[in-house]
Amino acid sequence: MGVMLKINGESHEVDVDDDTPLLWVLRDVLGMTGTKFGCGAALCGACTVHLDGAPIRSCITTVDSIGDSAITTIEAIGASPAGRQVQQAWLDLEVVQCGYCQSGQIMSATALVADNKAPSDADIDNAMSGNICRCGTYARIREAVKHAAAAHAGEAK
Amino acid sequence: MLNIAARPREASGLSRRSFLTAGLAAGGGLLLSLTLPKFVGAALAADGPFAPDAFIRIGTDGAVTLVMPQVEMGQGTYTSLPMLIAEELEVDLAQVRLEHAPPDDKLYGNPLIGFQVTGGSTSIRAFYEPLREAGASARSMLVAAAAQMWGVDPASCQASKGLVSHAASGRQAGYGSLAEQAAAIPVPKKVALKPVDRFTLIGTPAKRLDAAGKVNGTATYGIDVKLPGMKIATVAACPVFGGKLKSVDDAEALAVKGVRQVVKIEDAVAVVADHMGAAKKGLAALKIEWDEGPNAKLSTDELVRQMEAAAAGPGVDDKKVGDVEAAEHAAAQTVKAVYQMPFLAHTTMEPLNCTVHVRPDACEVWVGSQVLSRAQATAAEVTGLPPEKVTVHNHLLGGGFGRRLEIDSVTQAVKIARQVDGPVKVVWTREEDVQHDIYRPYYYDQLSAGLDAQGKVTSFRHRVVGSSILARWAPPAFKDGLDSDAVEGAAGPYGFANLHVDYVRHMLPEGFATGWWRGVGITHNAFMVEGFIDEVAAAAKADPVAFRRDLLSNDARARGVLDLAAREAGWGTAMPARSGRGVSLLLGFGTYMAQVAEVTIAKDGTVKVPRIVCAVDCGIVVNPDTVKAQVQGGIVYGLSAALYGQITLKDGRVEQSNFDNYQALRIDEMPRVEVHIVPSREAPGGIGEPSTSGIAPAVVNAVFAATGQRLRQLPIDPDRLKGA
Ligand code: FES
Ligand code: FES
Repeated sequence: MGVMLKINGESHEVDVDDDTPLLWVLRDVLGMTGTKFGCGAALCGACTVHLDGAPIRSCITTVDSIGDSAITTIEAIGASPAGRQVQQAWLDLEVVQCGYCQSGQIMSATALVADNKAPSDADIDNAMSGNICRCGTYARIREAVKHAAAAHAGEAK
Repeated sequence: MLNIAARPREASGLSRRSFLTAGLAAGGGLLLSLTLPKFVGAALAADGPFAPDAFIRIGTDGAVTLVMPQVEMGQGTYTSLPMLIAEELEVDLAQVRLEHAPPDDKLYGNPLIGFQVTGGSTSIRAFYEPLREAGASARSMLVAAAAQMWGVDPASCQASKGLVSHAASGRQAGYGSLAEQAAAIPVPKKVALKPVDRFTLIGTPAKRLDAAGKVNGTATYGIDVKLPGMKIATVAACPVFGGKLKSVDDAEALAVKGVRQVVKIEDAVAVVADHMGAAKKGLAALKIEWDEGPNAKLSTDELVRQMEAAAAGPGVDDKKVGDVEAAEHAAAQTVKAVYQMPFLAHTTMEPLNCTVHVRPDACEVWVGSQVLSRAQATAAEVTGLPPEKVTVHNHLLGGGFGRRLEIDSVTQAVKIARQVDGPVKVVWTREEDVQHDIYRPYYYDQLSAGLDAQGKVTSFRHRVVGSSILARWAPPAFKDGLDSDAVEGAAGPYGFANLHVDYVRHMLPEGFATGWWRGVGITHNAFMVEGFIDEVAAAAKADPVAFRRDLLSNDARARGVLDLAAREAGWGTAMPARSGRGVSLLLGFGTYMAQVAEVTIAKDGTVKVPRIVCAVDCGIVVNPDTVKAQVQGGIVYGLSAALYGQITLKDGRVEQSNFDNYQALRIDEMPRVEVHIVPSREAPGGIGEPSTSGIAPAVVNAVFAATGQRLRQLPIDPDRLKGA
């Protein structure tokens, strides 16, 4: 008997223990490796995905807690206007270094940009300080969030 | 490896010119391969088979493929190395495709180090000429092929954007159509490289070639490897360094859904499962008994006591200039201090992992490594297979910082995989990663300086005390008891008339190892020297910037960055209460750098660093955007360590475990970093590491300016800074 999950618009039935964190189902069971493992303890943000549009840490979210909420991962975030703008801003401002944290950064940033047209520095600190980047791309992340928000706000008009 | 990086080149006396060969590529077209001269440790490099895919391949369809000898771990190599080739080959960067190189020291060895390694900020320095020569040679062969075909003088032909053209007759031909003929043209003995002022690509902020996959989740790191039938394993090594596995009760673990197997090796247990969730749950269910061995009582306090005692004993001389004793005797004032830096973990964002498939007659390894040929060698050793039966597939690295210059996790994964039927991906938890790192050494350094009555420095002593990375990692480079990396930069960029630098090796207990950490030698010495020089300036009642400038004799590049950083930072202007500015200056990896940090100290002693001004002279800049990114990133890495980083041992175990107690700087703590690049035509210097080295001393010096507290030990202890 499996758990049903709605991921990126598709339903998946997975046969794992109820208390299995979503992260491992995504990565190891379904092969969606864009979502990253960094700490396993909600400390780094690398595993961030959206649950009904809100950013969550998939490493501590057990599959039995999800119900029929819609999960969105980095693989599909470009399909949303905010996600697309965030990805574009990340490319335009050359944010990435090793890139390993960036799936999580982009998921956190997209959730912010989707409902904040002009995030202040404090808003960005709030939304993004759960995401560690050991390569230290923070300055460009901040700029890129602002660019993406402006582009998204412009598009929505 | 910072020293073995820089020194053997001069010592070797070998020609720097690399050896180019050309031939027909497997599927037709031109293949240009480049064999780089070896410099150190010939024994490190085994004779491998000729791999017909080296460096530059131009297909008959015109596709240009570059095989990357250096790995990408965030530093932008996969953009800057192609720029070097593309500049001379006359192709657009967008036309270029990249491939990871397979392990082969002969073909892909780092010319500054002697085997295939990415580290020590050497990528650009090592490949600046060889790759441009390779590009220029290929271009001149393509031009020659076109000229032959058209029966014209090659000098009357032009190469640009992947085309050769002959203006007089209006003819042109794409590189693809010329590739096969070009393969028959002899490789030119000498090619003219473009003068700096004709560069069209080098020096421009070219876009990263590896960015797209990194924003949409498709970039593949070692941890993302997917293979049919692959299992996932996670592992617990003996928590006490050097300890062994005594026994394990795995009944409950094997009952966990998805767990397939429990594998025992001499010092660790692994749980093999369908997915990491099951593997972790299984691991937690194991009842393990360890034989803790001789280090069961080991503690940081004990190790520091050992270093303190060693510091009082004899050292091995690195530099002796003038007569320090006499100068000290005559000094009006002597300043003495002990500076200490803690053990540090790397915590690369991507936890260590390695995927291995062992078959009776072959072994395959999937990993992201800074030392591919070593990964291959250890797999061969563990399996007993000849190296040519071991295939290593390299991947993007989710951070390296020196951690992936080690192969301990590869060795362990192969040992586990030998007992597993089919491929297995061994993934370390973050806890395992923090507690079984190969740590940046603890350093316990003694410094002293003599001053005359006018406050001029008359002598300088620096005794470096710490474990030797070089002796473990590259034994041939450890000579006569001197670790040349540990003393790198131990006298700063200054010219002292009377100078004594020596080294005392601290022997670590078996099983506890230290390793490279983003710029080891300089990172440590820049903190010691620049913190101490600031003290000496204070003793001389001199301004820290002016005092350093006076010590610089005639070093125009060092003065250049110092003055630039001071000017841009507004050095000397007033700061609010409990705020201050501090400066650091260094020469490392061929790069000069000055940083001015601004700090504000809260009442509870918390240090905030709102602004850093950094002036850098790293010679010719290949990609200014990468330089800025590397400076910013290096500062974050160094500031994380200065504010929070320390690994401590108690009862033979590491006390830290994850990002809650081994913290990393977060976006809300990110200073405004202003990077000023000095235009230069000097040889390119390294850029991955200097800013990590210069940040901690700039910050502690700023703390002194703000509070009068001299911090001689990292990480910064806020308790010492509490105040009104
Ligand atoms: S892996 Fe989930 S927050 Fe770090
Ligand atoms: S880009 Fe490497 S950890 Fe963020």
